[in-house]
Amino acid sequence: MLKKLPWAPLGTVLATLLAPLSASADMANYSPVTEARLISPEPQNWLMYRGNYAGWGYSALDRINVDNVAKLTPAWEFSTGMSEGHQAPPLVNNGVMFITTPNNQAIALDAKSGKEIWRYKKQIPDELQQLHPTNRGLALFNDNAYLATTDAFLVALDAKTGKEKWKTAVADWKSGYYMTLQPLVANGKIIVGCSGGEYGIRGFIAAFDSETGKEIWRTYTVAGPGDPNAGSWPTGKYATGGGSVWITGSYDPKEKLTYWGIGNAGPWMGDTRPGDNLYANSVLALDVDTGKMKGYHQYHHNDSWDWDEVSAPLLIDIEHNGKMVPSLVHAGRNGYLWWLDRDQKGKNDIGFVDAWPYVEQNVFTKIDPKTGRPTYDPTKVPGTNKTTTYCPSLWGGKDWPPEAYNPKTGLFYIPAQNNLCAELTGEPVKYKAGDLYIGVPLQGILTNVRMTEKAKDHIGEVQAWDLSKKKLVWQHNYQYMNWGPLMTTAGNLVFGGGTNDRKFHAFDATTGKLLWEFPTNSGVIGVPSTFEIDGEQYVAVQSGWGVDAERMQGAFNAVLPPEQKNTVPQGGVVWVFKLPK
Amino acid sequence: MKRKIDSYTLPELPQKDAMPCRLDRRGMLKLTALAFLGVSHVADNAFADEAADKRPQPGDRLVDINGDLGKPLRIDDIKLASKPILAFPFDPATKKARDGSRLNKLLLIKLDATAMNAETKARSAAGVLAFSAICTHQGCDVSEFLPEDKNLLCFCHFSKYDPLADGAVTAGPAPRNLPTLALKEENGELVVAGLLSSAPGAKTNT
Repeated sequence: MLKKLPWAPLGTVLATLLAPLSASADMANYSPVTEARLISPEPQNWLMYRGNYAGWGYSALDRINVDNVAKLTPAWEFSTGMSEGHQAPPLVNNGVMFITTPNNQAIALDAKSGKEIWRYKKQIPDELQQLHPTNRGLALFNDNAYLATTDAFLVALDAKTGKEKWKTAVADWKSGYYMTLQPLVANGKIIVGCSGGEYGIRGFIAAFDSETGKEIWRTYTVAGPGDPNAGSWPTGKYATGGGSVWITGSYDPKEKLTYWGIGNAGPWMGDTRPGDNLYANSVLALDVDTGKMKGYHQYHHNDSWDWDEVSAPLLIDIEHNGKMVPSLVHAGRNGYLWWLDRDQKGKNDIGFVDAWPYVEQNVFTKIDPKTGRPTYDPTKVPGTNKTTTYCPSLWGGKDWPPEAYNPKTGLFYIPAQNNLCAELTGEPVKYKAGDLYIGVPLQGILTNVRMTEKAKDHIGEVQAWDLSKKKLVWQHNYQYMNWGPLMTTAGNLVFGGGTNDRKFHAFDATTGKLLWEFPTNSGVIGVPSTFEIDGEQYVAVQSGWGVDAERMQGAFNAVLPPEQKNTVPQGGVVWVFKLPK
Repeated sequence: MKRKIDSYTLPELPQKDAMPCRLDRRGMLKLTALAFLGVSHVADNAFADEAADKRPQPGDRLVDINGDLGKPLRIDDIKLASKPILAFPFDPATKKARDGSRLNKLLLIKLDATAMNAETKARSAAGVLAFSAICTHQGCDVSEFLPEDKNLLCFCHFSKYDPLADGAVTAGPAPRNLPTLALKEENGELVVAGLLSSAPGAKTNT
């Protein structure tokens, strides 16, 4: 029979038979990720950055719980072959896992075995400089997976094959625009924002058609001509004003409103741009269909501390003076825990409820009880040719690693850095496209860290707060930094890595007791996830130290005595844990 | 000047060398500049960027990236152990800086020649050393000199290189040495005396 076939068609037949086999074995029954599934994600899967649109980092799975977590053991591991910061949560959709790595790679794996199904590599321009070589994951929608890249492209992949469907240039990487965030899928749109404040970009959030990649709307995070708050900037400064977008927004599907944290204004020294510099260091509420700003709250004005308010707020209903308030909660890089009302007077505007320091903070002298606007101690405000020491450090009380909220304990968990201050001196700086536009001597950033006396006891913290009572319920301390995103589960557990000893930890969510820890290959700065297959619960996280955690270690090494210096090994590995049978 | 990017929904622009007929950013800049100057004919072919894109060549002069791109640097312009100068190679034939690629950025620093070993000294011109200014880690600019440990610093991830030991990595995540470039002196000017010791930049497409 074979002999009768001409060679060329035979080749085609063989190729047709063989090529899809490896993929079809895992992907034949791929479940499209619909809008309905994203709004009500099933517990056995982890379909988006924080598991739900409210940004909780919470799973209702409870087979792994306080009683058995001590027995947790590796089910499988997978080496990504990449170094640098591995921060993406392992997303899981009915047995298929999706991860991303630094240098814009995306990988699909069999979630039960760790077998690779496909890998996509975005080609990176030789000339690209990557200040933040990381990626925080794919967005899943229908049969597609969306990747935001460090050369500022939005790429749509076929989730079943990893083949590129389209790619859209979101901005110009040569002028310093880049992306590291997981896109948000909301009401059929793919929403992203750009980073690059260190290079003098003008930040924005933009929505794209999920099928075609066509841009639908773009809202700038730096108020320019035509914006009612354009006057919060000196003339012309808006064009290089920063306002980076680093992290996926949270989303209220009922109101069709999405909430985003906005980075600091650029250059770093506030005296170079007198004014409030809206909407830097703010949270924005945007209509997902039009991009129209429905409300905002600026956490602090005219920033000079590099306190990017990176994270999106969590959407939580909290009791306040006997009334349930639909709230936004954000552990600020500025060291204050912010509690906002997302439906002030029923108008979807953002109102202030309360704020208090959760780490040592010596810059704010008071907070206006009505507006939440802070007043600054002028001796703690760095400036051009002015040296100032302030707390917390430029990495803040909490940088990008996300907080978590557990509806069963009612507690809000923060991965915090405490007892750290920074010394900075500003210097004049000129804008040049594609070059750093910071206005602080780079040597000064290397040696910025100032540790307080209390740092001898500890720096990293995992905090658990009862928000309605403004009460710190428990706290676990790490000797050095904590760069560990948190996840909490109905098994009454809190998971997180973040330490420079390569460990991944599990705590009792009610008491903070350390119940389990495991040393991985590298430092764990990945967002954890959990999922269930065939009645077994798994906990997954990427280990792969790099980016700001590594930079902080470098800054520590610049000021610590030799015996306390540390180098954390690099290299990305997906770790998946389960209970022994 | 920023590239005009009104529409972001176009597919990725092909690389310049794959699309010789299309005006790239550099060509646009040149034409725009010429238009502003009222130049009626384009004597300088805006499409021919080979000289500007080429890596530093023996005989090239050097110009200060933040200074006059038409004025070759002299030995005396580089001060002992001071903040490094970032430079582009300068083609003496066309009298143009080779500024077509940021991978052509060079770092110049003057150090005490008596502290140099024979090889380093042979590569220097009156104590001035030249390196690629592109970090081998993730491609950021290496722009700083730390006087206390006599290392070059990349700000992005705090990689450090020893300028007196062939640009060897002394700290941080950089995977390989900073490429070196031999210099010599001619009539007080800095002159490139060889090729970069290895390809500049990071290798991230793995």
